[in-house]
Amino acid sequence: MKLDNIYQEEKKSNFAKVSEIIITMASRPSGFIGLSILIFHVILAFISPYIAPYDFKAINPTLMLQAPSAEYWFGTDDLGRDVFTRTILGGRTALTITFFGSLIALLWGGLLGIFCGLVGGKTDDIVMRIVDAFLSIPWILAMLLIVSLLGTSTEVLIPALGFFYGKGIVRVARAATHDVIAKDFIVSARARGHSNFSIIWNEIIPNVRDAILVEGAMRWSWMLLGFSSLSFLGFGVSPPTPDWGLMISNARGLMSFAYWSVIAPIVGLSSLIIGINLTADAFAKALGIDRSTKAPV
Amino acid sequence: MTEIIQKVKNLSIGFKSKKGEEILILRNITTNIKKGETVGIVGESGSGKSTLALAMMGYVKHGLYTIGGECEFNSSNLLKMKNRDLEKIRGRKIAMIPQNAGQALTPNLKIGYQIDEALQLHSDLKEEEREQKISELLNKVRLPSPETIALRYPHELSGGQQQRVAVAMALAGTPDLLLLDEPTTGLDVTTQAHVLELLNFIAKDTGTSMVYVSHDLGAIAQVSDRIIVMYSGEIVLEGPSRDILKKPIHPYTYGLLKSIPKLSLAGLPQSMPGSQPQPGTMHRGCSFFDRCDFSEEKCKNNSPQLEYLKELNTSVRCFNHKSLMNDSHVNQTVNKIKTSFLDKEILNLSEVSISYAKQKILDQVLNRISDDNPTVKDININIKKGETIALVGESGSGKSTILKSIAGLLRTKEGIIKFDQDRNLSSDLKERDPNDLRIIQLIFQNPDESLNPNHTVEEIIAQPLKLYFGLKGEELKKNIIDLLEKVRLGEFYTSRYPRQLSGGEKQRVAVARAFAAKPDIILCDEVTSALDVSVQAAVLNLLQQLKEDFGTTYIFVSHDLAVVRAISDRVAVLYQGRLCEVGPSKDVYKFPSHPYTEVLLGAVLEPDPDIKPKLVAEDIVEEKPPQKGCSFQGRCSRILGDICKNEVPPWQITNNGNSIRCHIPLEELQKDQIN
Repeated sequence: MKLDNIYQEEKKSNFAKVSEIIITMASRPSGFIGLSILIFHVILAFISPYIAPYDFKAINPTLMLQAPSAEYWFGTDDLGRDVFTRTILGGRTALTITFFGSLIALLWGGLLGIFCGLVGGKTDDIVMRIVDAFLSIPWILAMLLIVSLLGTSTEVLIPALGFFYGKGIVRVARAATHDVIAKDFIVSARARGHSNFSIIWNEIIPNVRDAILVEGAMRWSWMLLGFSSLSFLGFGVSPPTPDWGLMISNARGLMSFAYWSVIAPIVGLSSLIIGINLTADAFAKALGIDRSTKAPV
Repeated sequence: MTEIIQKVKNLSIGFKSKKGEEILILRNITTNIKKGETVGIVGESGSGKSTLALAMMGYVKHGLYTIGGECEFNSSNLLKMKNRDLEKIRGRKIAMIPQNAGQALTPNLKIGYQIDEALQLHSDLKEEEREQKISELLNKVRLPSPETIALRYPHELSGGQQQRVAVAMALAGTPDLLLLDEPTTGLDVTTQAHVLELLNFIAKDTGTSMVYVSHDLGAIAQVSDRIIVMYSGEIVLEGPSRDILKKPIHPYTYGLLKSIPKLSLAGLPQSMPGSQPQPGTMHRGCSFFDRCDFSEEKCKNNSPQLEYLKELNTSVRCFNHKSLMNDSHVNQTVNKIKTSFLDKEILNLSEVSISYAKQKILDQVLNRISDDNPTVKDININIKKGETIALVGESGSGKSTILKSIAGLLRTKEGIIKFDQDRNLSSDLKERDPNDLRIIQLIFQNPDESLNPNHTVEEIIAQPLKLYFGLKGEELKKNIIDLLEKVRLGEFYTSRYPRQLSGGEKQRVAVARAFAAKPDIILCDEVTSALDVSVQAAVLNLLQQLKEDFGTTYIFVSHDLAVVRAISDRVAVLYQGRLCEVGPSKDVYKFPSHPYTEVLLGAVLEPDPDIKPKLVAEDIVEEKPPQKGCSFQGRCSRILGDICKNEVPPWQITNNGNSIRCHIPLEELQKDQIN
């Protein structure tokens, strides 16, 4: 019985598991960079209202299109507003809306995918064909339609984005479910007579959770780009709220002589997207490593 | 002295752990392969036998690296060679036959083309010569009508035929050394015996040396001249195969041979306690110390060296081999099983047939299955309370299908399954009430798949307790610990995940989960075939013990006839979903009366070089049961004629209470077999 102690690991608390995953993520250069960028943006979103040097909507015609200086770090825009102030505030709306949008996408996409994978048969066929039909509609057209009908308030944008980005998650969740559904532990649970709900909750979710979370993190960065595109087209947040998409759209005509007014929001948006992407990648790898460390049989 | 073609010298292979420690998979292996001999390498999973075989062709798996030593072939060290030079040797001089030929053949290329590719690479033949060589090779591996086989795709061949093609491809380069990694493990008993016989023939015919890696001492016994026994990365015993199998002078080999169930002995073999140490956990002393019956104080701290005994031509790694030499003769003792079943029927299958055919729309509307040739047909078995009944047959014989129907996972097409004479279980899961589901529990073949990898042992066993009895809190915990103790696992297992357990421990957890429901019937689907032999014996003993304690009825499905012989009270032999023979196991094994039973028993491999398998029928595989007549007509060597082809044979009952389904009169059946 001596051998038994060697491979004994304590059952880890959830907190310990999460911190272990984060440490694994940060131990790779790409994961470290991604996480740092993401954390930087999140912190900035929280504290920016308190550190912003100027009022984001204060228009001052005498200060139009000033080049960057010690006073106005990133210069001023065509209405004389401080670009630095607007840039650090510009990620707040995008980050909040897309974060909650991704949560909604994860929730409905994941659960529907798992359900379809489990029950199979006709229900699965019908639901998946409907999802396919939605996938074939260009999302931007559909979003434009929704926004022009219902307005651009947060209460409309979050569920609308969540719905349109959840379709892809349905497929991933269904495929991940198909991988585990044939395993004997599911057959065993079915033979014991567990309900579908109990099988999904106890047997399937712990095994597909990782795949769905990674997919959700990737969708978050896509959604951010999508949301900014909406703003760029004038269908996202409305002026004078500072938003990167909107700022890029307003300043793009001035690019040739006032590059500073467009560079700052572009850097903000792209760095956040890259940050989320790298983090999602590192997250997937961290989970992958975790899953492959099995005790030798 | 015969020429040595492969020299392995002080070979150590290992990997670096996360902490940077060097962990050895192979430890200081030294051995020689002579020209024309067949060497069997045996050991349990994790003993390093495959790593050694791969190193012999200069290949080290990704993640592992050579720590020291060399593999010398034609006086050059394969492990230091460049890939370009290795390519010239692999296939031409050293060829490998993989375990799963179905996966080793490219699915979208024709057989002939694949062999042609091997010939182009490894021989200098011209195109016309190659074509001839292909049929020659296919002929050599005894495939019927080589010309047509060459035009087929791999999926159109059976498992045995695929393995033969793999052998033909390996022979394409006329290698000096053939490495075989578990070449028959995935095959049916009858096919396995045929493939081994072919390999024996090829070894003699071509004079090729073979290295045969297997966990199955039965298969090794049939082919090898010399045996190397490995244990936790070391050679513990090496010598002529007859001596090793008849008089093993190492306690591990001795224990291993004792734990294999034999056809000639009813009852359960003794198990070896414990399990092989994990790589990297060895510190001092003999690696077998924990499990050894002969260990002494000095074994704990000093590790024995491999010692060459001239008079036996054997190398052994044990301090006490002398005492073993004097009294070892594998005297197998078995724990006789008590047949304690009551005269009360618990499960009754009458006229059951099961079909996998897809329902047509009309049938779906009428809620029926119409299929005039179902996968399983005419199953009539009465199972008594407390009995162990075994369903045996080759793959595709419908034995697992029947289990699924009893468990409610598959609807029956016709017939009635009755529990306790009054409760009808013919319906599927959704229509059964929870109590009917509780009384029947399943144990699966592979515990890796049947235990949720994200649940702890506690959560796994809690599931049936919560579901059927609604237990909570302290009471639940107490029940879980009780169950763990019943399967001989301690309380400290509760917080572990399946990946932290060994194969045997995992299967014990699966057994505990099945017993948690307090079932009347447990369906065991090949429960020991994924386990090592020493562990298999322990699990069988545990199942028997639990059965005696709880009075449970087992329906035991297995392809391994020796295991079935060890544990079952009654045997039902199935072919193509039809019953061939049902009877008490001692009689079925004593007078194998149905021609198919005879074929099956003849093909069983025993770890004894003197018992050769009898190859009665061809090993062709039939895909579908015949439309009419006897199910075994296609392969039967004693076929009578039209009567077998047109009429379903009647049940005949022997004096012993054996029921046999055959047209041949009983007297004749028995007469021929006794001769």
